[in-house]
Amino acid sequence: MNRIFASRLLPLMATGLVLVALFAAAGAGYENFLSARVVLNLFKDRAFLGVVAVGMTFVILSGGIDLSVGAVMAFTTVFLAKVIGGLGWSAPVAMLAAVGIGVGFGMFQGWVIHFFRIPAFLVTLAGMFLARGMAFVVSPRSVEIRSAFYDDLGERGLPLGEGLLLTVGPLMYLVVVAAGMVVAHGTRFGRNVYALGGNEASAALMGLPVGATRVGVYGVCGGCAALGGVISTLALSSGDPTRGTGLELDAIAAAVIGGTVLTGGRGWVFGTFLGVLILGTIKTILDFDGSLDPAWLRIASGGLLLGFILLQKLIARQSVS
Amino acid sequence: MSELLHAEGIVKRFGSFTALKGVTFRLRAGEIHALMGENGAGKSTLIKVLTGVHEADGGTVTVAGRGIRAASPREAEAAGISTVYQEVNLLPNLSVAENILMGRQPMRGPFIRHGEVRRRARAALARLGLEVDVGALLGTFPVAVQQMTAIARALDQEARVLILDEPTSSLDARESEELFAVMRRLRDEGMGIVFVSHFLDQIYAVSDRITVLRDGSLVGTWEAAGLPRLELVSHMIGKEVTAGGGDGGVVSGGGAEAFRVEGLERKGTVGPLTFSVMAGEATGLAGLLGSGRTETARMLFGIDAATGGRVVAGGETVDLGSPRAAMAAGLAFCSEDRKVEGIIPSLSVRENIVLAMQASRGVLRRVPRAEQEALAAKFIAALNIRTRGPETPIGTLSGGNQQKCLLARWMAMQPRLLILDEPTRGIDVGAKAEIEALCGELRRAGMSILFISAELEEVVRNCSRVVVLRDRRQAAVLDGPAISLRTIMETVAAS
Repeated sequence: MNRIFASRLLPLMATGLVLVALFAAAGAGYENFLSARVVLNLFKDRAFLGVVAVGMTFVILSGGIDLSVGAVMAFTTVFLAKVIGGLGWSAPVAMLAAVGIGVGFGMFQGWVIHFFRIPAFLVTLAGMFLARGMAFVVSPRSVEIRSAFYDDLGERGLPLGEGLLLTVGPLMYLVVVAAGMVVAHGTRFGRNVYALGGNEASAALMGLPVGATRVGVYGVCGGCAALGGVISTLALSSGDPTRGTGLELDAIAAAVIGGTVLTGGRGWVFGTFLGVLILGTIKTILDFDGSLDPAWLRIASGGLLLGFILLQKLIARQSVS
Repeated sequence: MSELLHAEGIVKRFGSFTALKGVTFRLRAGEIHALMGENGAGKSTLIKVLTGVHEADGGTVTVAGRGIRAASPREAEAAGISTVYQEVNLLPNLSVAENILMGRQPMRGPFIRHGEVRRRARAALARLGLEVDVGALLGTFPVAVQQMTAIARALDQEARVLILDEPTSSLDARESEELFAVMRRLRDEGMGIVFVSHFLDQIYAVSDRITVLRDGSLVGTWEAAGLPRLELVSHMIGKEVTAGGGDGGVVSGGGAEAFRVEGLERKGTVGPLTFSVMAGEATGLAGLLGSGRTETARMLFGIDAATGGRVVAGGETVDLGSPRAAMAAGLAFCSEDRKVEGIIPSLSVRENIVLAMQASRGVLRRVPRAEQEALAAKFIAALNIRTRGPETPIGTLSGGNQQKCLLARWMAMQPRLLILDEPTRGIDVGAKAEIEALCGELRRAGMSILFISAELEEVVRNCSRVVVLRDRRQAAVLDGPAISLRTIMETVAAS
C-alpha cells in the first residue's frame, strides 16, 4: 500500500480508476451504455477538446497557462470557412495555413511572455480577446463550409467492423496524443519543458535553452488549438466565431484531472487523454439519462477537479515528509 | 604544477557599486583552493563571473591557457567550468539520470536514448562511489545525494574546474566527510576545485591553498599549511592582530540578570548556547559570516523555533514560540535586513514608528492619532532623525535615519531586551556614532541589548560581555576585561 502511495504514477492511476468506475457505473445504470458505438461517439465528440488539451498540457508542464486556445480555435473555424468558401482555397492548403497561423500566434505569445517577463495569464488573456475579435472580423456569424474535400473526408476513416468507422477527427486526436507522449518523454524539447516547469532558474543555470523552449511550447499549444479548430469544422462543416467559448477552462480541467500539476514540471500527456475521456463520459451519461439537469455536467466536473487538486496536494505533502 | 584557470583583473560593477575591483585569481590543476571572505567581499560575484552568470566589466579569464568570455552558464560549461551551488540548482521533478545528462542526452535521431542516459549517469556516480536508483526522482533524495548528482553532472561533461559554493552548509558531519573524500579523489585525478565555505575547520581539512577577498579586492593567496588561522581571520576582517590590544569592553554596570539562555539550540542551524544577559548591559554576539549570529537572533525572537534548551527570566521559562510571544516577554528585534524585514518604504516615518506598538495591541485597539504624533515627535527629536516631518515616507530617508526610525519603533515598545542585528551596516560614520551613543543611553536606562555586529571593534566598544560563535556553536563567553579585538579573533580562529 505504501509502495503504491509513494509511486509517482499515483495521480495517473487515480484518473484511470475514476474513468473505469464511471464507465462501470454507467454500464450498470443504463442499457446499451457499454457499446462500441458509445465509446466511438465519445471520441468523436471530444476529439477537438482532446487535441487542444494536449497543447495545454505542454504549456502547463512548462509552468505556464494559455487562455487563448478557445478563441484561436474559433478563429480557425471561421478562417477555414472564409478562405475555402469565399476565396476558393483548396481545403488542405487552408488547413495547413490555419495550423501555421495558430503556431505563429502561439510563438508570438511565448515570445512576449519570455522577453518582457509578463505573466502568461495576462499575455494569453490579451491573446484570447485578440483572437476572438479577429474571428468576428472574419465573420460575425456562423458560416457553412461547402467543399467536396470535406464531404469526401467525412466518409473516410479506419473501419472498425460492424459498420463502425473511426473518422478522421478522432483519428487525428489519437495521433496527436501519441505524438505528444513521444515528444514529452522522448525528446530534448519535451524534457526541457519539464525542466522549465520544474525550476526555471535551475534550467537556465544548467545551460538549457529556456527562451526557445518557452516560445516553442506556446507554438505547440497554438498549433494544437488551430488543429482543434480544423477537427471541429470536420465534425460540424461550419465555422463559428462563438465556438469554443470557455474551452480553455475545459482543457485546463482535463489536464489537471489527468494529474498535471498547475505549477508545472509534473504530469503526463496520457493523463490528459484520460481526463478528456472522463469529462466526455460525464457528458455522455447526462445525454443518456435525459432526466438529469445539464448543470450536473459542470457540478460533476468541478467536484472531480477539486478532488484531484486535493489528491495532488496530499501527494506533495507525502513526498516532502 | 600547471595552471588551470587564471582570472586577471576582474572588475564587476552593479550600477554605481563596484563589487569586484580588479581581482586576480589563479587555480592550479590538482588542487583544492578555498575562496574566503566576509560579507561583501565579492566571493559570490567572482564565482558568478567565472560561471557566466554575470558578465565582467573588465579583466580576462583563461582556462588552460585559452581565453574565454563566458557570457552564459552554457559557455562556461563548454569551457570546462562547472558549479555546484549552495542551494542545489537541479530539477527535483526529473530523475537523477536526467539531471546528470540534461542538455547532453545521447540521441538516436530526434529521440533520447534513455537506456544510455541511465548508463552514463550510473558511470558518473560510480566515480564518486555512489550507487543509487538513477531512475528515481531527484527530489526524493536527501541534499547530500543531490549534491553528488550535481558533481556527477560536472564529471560527465568532463569539467576541469569544479566550483563548490558552500556545499556543506546543509550537510551533517558524516555527509561532509564523504563529500571531502570525493573532493580529494577528484583533486588527485587532476581537477581544480574552488571551495567556498564559512567553516574554518573544513577549509583547513581539505584545502591546499587559500585566497582571501575583502571589499571586492584580493587580499592574497597563501598555502593553507603556511597560514595560521589567526592570520587568516585577520586577513578576512582586515584587522591587524597586534593592533588595538586590550580595550577591555564596557565595564559591567552590575545589573541583575535579566535573561538566562540555557542550552538553547536549533538542530542543524545553531547552538547549543548558554549565556546570561544582564539588565543595563549590552551582550555582544561575535563571529565570522556564517557563524550563526543572525540565526541566534531569529531563534531568540521566535522566528525560527528552537528545538532544545530554554530561556529563563526571573526563575521562570519564557515562551519564545513566536515573535508575538517573544514581544509579550519583553523582547524586540531590529533585523539585519532593514529593507526586507524592517521598514515599509511607502508608509510615513510616524506610521513606521508606531507599527510594532499597534501590532502588539491588535487591530481593534488603534493607537490614537494624537498619541502617535506625540510618539513620533518625541523620537524624531530624541534620536535626531533627519526628516522633513513625521509624515514623510520613510523610503526617502537615508539609511542611517531609517535605522534610527526602526530603533524608535522598538524603543516605543519599551522592551527589556533589544536585539540589534547589524544596526550600523550600510550607514555613514556619523550615523554609526549616533546609534552607538543611543545604545549607551538605552543601557543606562536599564535596557538590555543583544548587540550583533560583524565589526569587532563595535562589539568591543559597546559590550560588557561577548558570546563568540564559531561554526554555529558557542566557542566562548568573554567578560569585561577579557574583551578585546585580539581575544575575540583568537577565539574565532581557535580549532
